[in-house]
Amino acid sequence: MWSVSINVNLKKGVLDAQGAATNNALKSLGYEEVKDVRIGKCIHLKMDGETREIVSKKVDEMCRKLLANPVIENFTYEIEVL
Amino acid sequence: MKFGIIQFPGSTCDYDCFYALRDTLKVDAEFIWHEETDLSNYDCIMLPGGFSYGDYLRVGAIARFSPVMQAVKEYAQKEGYVIGICNGFQILLEAGLLPGVLVKNHGLHFLCRYEYVRVESNKTPFTNLCKEGQILKIPIAHGEGNYFIDEKGLKELIANHQIVLRYCTQDGEVNDEINPNGSVDNIACICSKQANVIGMMPHPERCVEDILGSSDGQFIFNSIINSIKNKSEAFI
Repeated sequence: MWSVSINVNLKKGVLDAQGAATNNALKSLGYEEVKDVRIGKCIHLKMDGETREIVSKKVDEMCRKLLANPVIENFTYEIEVL
Repeated sequence: MKFGIIQFPGSTCDYDCFYALRDTLKVDAEFIWHEETDLSNYDCIMLPGGFSYGDYLRVGAIARFSPVMQAVKEYAQKEGYVIGICNGFQILLEAGLLPGVLVKNHGLHFLCRYEYVRVESNKTPFTNLCKEGQILKIPIAHGEGNYFIDEKGLKELIANHQIVLRYCTQDGEVNDEINPNGSVDNIACICSKQANVIGMMPHPERCVEDILGSSDGQFIFNSIINSIKNKSEAFI
């Protein structure tokens, strides 16, 4: 069994409205040192797979097909043995 | 002539579309459950607005895997007319039937109000009864209607005349101040290269009678009806 953590983030240049609003909120709390906020998603999977390569190939496929939209989002993931 | 309105779990504008077609425009319309795979009986397929699958993951992302969507793809490839409104537009983008994506409104608010849009192209089956430059008053109701496409994609849309409606002032001026949601180039509606698939954020089904504040939605529906009639005459 494997544990997979997937991070999906908006690409550079794509307006992150949630991030911008949160940035303003942090400023209004007095955290002037914050210069930028970007908000993404973290998806955790537990899955079967014979080898790390097979798991990695499948996760890549899942990200491209469903978990991320390549038009606006990038993804990264980490795989660990459970 | 028969319209098919797809019902996904979470569609909410399906009955509005049905009412507009059957009661106002007096044409036949039927609901299509999202598990249906045969669309051969319909002259136009509508994907209504709503919150299919609770908008989970990304708007439209899960609905795209409904069994009916494979049939919609094939239907579109055979040059059938497909119109996606609001969430329906979001689904068509996720399914790759139209280019780009819709993200959260730049002001973060859900917007439910009348907007003016300018007809940029009347060479589509959905706007052929409009004049180019005509201004329509059609309501929007969305939290994620901010259309995004990269520069290369935008150039292609412009070159292929795929931008159908742009948000504008009452006098038809397109500018940043009037842009309700941050959409690239004030885009409210685009079509496919062949123009048989269209996606729009404004809701034409919500403005088909004067009592609703505008009847400009009729221009869209009557254009489709006109196109279907012309298409069937061409086969006789």
